[in-house]
Amino acid sequence: MKVAVLGVGLTKFGELWETSFTELFVEAGTKAIENANIDGKDIDAIFVGNMSGGRFIDQEHISSLIADYAGLTPIPSTRVEAACASGGLAIRHAIMGIESGFYDIVVVGGVEKMTDVLTERTTQILATAAEQEWEANLGMTFPGLYAMMARRHMHEYGTTREQLALVSVKNHRNAVNNPYAQFRFEITVEDVLNSTVVAEPLRLLDCSPITDGAACLVLASEKKAKEFVDNPVYIIGSGQASSTISLHGRENIAIMDATINAAKEAYKRAGIEAKQIEVAEVHDCFTIAEILAIEGLGFVKIGKGGKATEEGLTEIGGKIPVNTSGGLKAKGHPVGATGVAQAVEITLQLRGEAEKRQVNADIGLTHNVGGSGGTAVVHIFSK
Amino acid sequence: MEKVGIVGYGVYIPRYRIKVEEIAKVWGGNAEAIKRGLKIYEKAVPGIDEDTITISVEAARNALKMGKIDPKEIGAIYVGSESHPYAVKPTGTVVAEAIGATPELTVADYEFACKAGTAGIQTCMGLVSSDMIKYGLAIGADTAQGAPGDALEYTAAAGGAAYIIGKDSLIARIEATYSYTTDTPDFWRREGEPYPRHGGRFTGAPAYFKHIYNASKGLMEKLGAEPEDFDKVVFHQPNGKFPRVIAKRLGFTPEQVEEGIIVDRIGNTYSGSSLLGLAKLLDEASPGERILITSFGSGAGSDSFSIVVEEEIEKKRGLAPTVEDYISFKKYVDYATYAKFKGKIKV
Repeated sequence: MKVAVLGVGLTKFGELWETSFTELFVEAGTKAIENANIDGKDIDAIFVGNMSGGRFIDQEHISSLIADYAGLTPIPSTRVEAACASGGLAIRHAIMGIESGFYDIVVVGGVEKMTDVLTERTTQILATAAEQEWEANLGMTFPGLYAMMARRHMHEYGTTREQLALVSVKNHRNAVNNPYAQFRFEITVEDVLNSTVVAEPLRLLDCSPITDGAACLVLASEKKAKEFVDNPVYIIGSGQASSTISLHGRENIAIMDATINAAKEAYKRAGIEAKQIEVAEVHDCFTIAEILAIEGLGFVKIGKGGKATEEGLTEIGGKIPVNTSGGLKAKGHPVGATGVAQAVEITLQLRGEAEKRQVNADIGLTHNVGGSGGTAVVHIFSK
Repeated sequence: MEKVGIVGYGVYIPRYRIKVEEIAKVWGGNAEAIKRGLKIYEKAVPGIDEDTITISVEAARNALKMGKIDPKEIGAIYVGSESHPYAVKPTGTVVAEAIGATPELTVADYEFACKAGTAGIQTCMGLVSSDMIKYGLAIGADTAQGAPGDALEYTAAAGGAAYIIGKDSLIARIEATYSYTTDTPDFWRREGEPYPRHGGRFTGAPAYFKHIYNASKGLMEKLGAEPEDFDKVVFHQPNGKFPRVIAKRLGFTPEQVEEGIIVDRIGNTYSGSSLLGLAKLLDEASPGERILITSFGSGAGSDSFSIVVEEEIEKKRGLAPTVEDYISFKKYVDYATYAKFKGKIKV
């Protein structure tokens, strides 16, 4: 498979008190369309990832809202939802639309406005990505679920508290050079270890923040892309997998099987192996999640993610730089936008437009997770 | 502006204190992290018979002691608070009666979260400078409510300050005032609700910092003044961190802001907060000193004032208890006693 990325657009990520939901996606969309150098009339369809407009801003029917405010009616518009993997899944649907021959040029957006409600409400809304009956209704929150996964990982594989902290330290360091990131400052291992306990062993600085933001891509068939640009970045692999929505259904909660299965499909479609990946954006909603990701994606053996992080494998300058954008932890995590924003970062890296955080790479990967691993979506990009 | 200013002022802070550790113990909080983050160590708790009326009366009586005026000459009383004991029936009438100012005066209660007291000062300035009244009494006082277990509970405190505004025998002249107001819903309590709700981090950048910054800047522009032209500054003090951060952002030095910060020892007295900070500075100020004060009220708005201390202050000093007198006169209570005093235990 081969689908071209014609254009990318991103808003600043952060607590954007003065910016509305519609302003966010219009900004990202306009930037992507301008970046792709296409006209509105060239667009065949819109797909948008959004986790919970209905609960965050009391707005459903996001698909029509976006087509309307972007001035793109009557183009068909579809909202895709898979909790925090909504963005990644929207990309996959756009790819399927192009690969099937239905569409030539598709706009994929991801958007979330999270700061219009109080923090406790945000926590509740995010917990809807877990099973209500067996997890959320019993008081479980996402930090709680990932804390259990972290504890198990520490118990099974000897991962240390410091190794978890190093994920956050690295991602903060990367975000310093990302003008779109929410937290552009460095932190130390001690800062992480001394921050407020959220759910033992996870502390405040192990957790991604509450963020407003939007991201957008313009995708096109390989043939159509040639009309606009000579050497686009291509998406050459796509994988998606499901797992149990609740942790209690998993054989081993220290392994994210949806990631393993989604990666398997993506590598197969791309015709490559894990070791060929040179840069990756992975779903570090909590520090433990990045360790589970690099293991599940096959960058390191299961159980070795903590050690590899400590040894610098995933740093800029390491063998596989991970989350050069700052990741969810430091770039910010507007849930529905995250999967699309990851694709924006990898495209910039492969185009050589990542400025001070630029790495040398021809093949990159994005990894987007819904909930505690009930959904995983992986995409592979190539120059 | 015609010469208008402060004839006398008085303060009151309840005697009881509760420590951060005592509250944290009950709710499973990390006292050290809270003290480090909020820069607050203990807060003032009203006794079981104390409310905004009794605090206002005590502060007003102290103001009269210092101002040395006949209460009958007070033509207006405005009490700013967000904890008026009655939803309908003024606090100010009880205060007026208690200090002997009735019946020839106008009275009204104000509410603008933590800045209603400074709004009262501005109203009195207008009435005095237009010669509608000889003296006006503006009070900011609160017995602040913080829901049990909420972050507010570590800071919501009780206290108040009263200022007599007039034209003669001024201990300090008010050079100028400037206000900055927008509709910003960062903190609110609806009718019938016992405790306020707040927008968490939204109370910071778009609320407190934006309004204090713009009001203070606006005042300085109006005067053609720079931060170094002021000897001391005082800002609304919801915790120990915010006033220090905004002082730095506005270009003031730690030396200018530190002396007026009292929140660490008494908590956030809401409508009393910036006015108690100002009183602390006036307690120790020398004639000629120039002070900038900016209040903040959620909802949201800020009133900024430039105040120049007059010679008269030396004559009137010591006639009423100081802020430090009240801060040091204290008795610690445990959480159960505090809960009883604050009416948190329903029987």
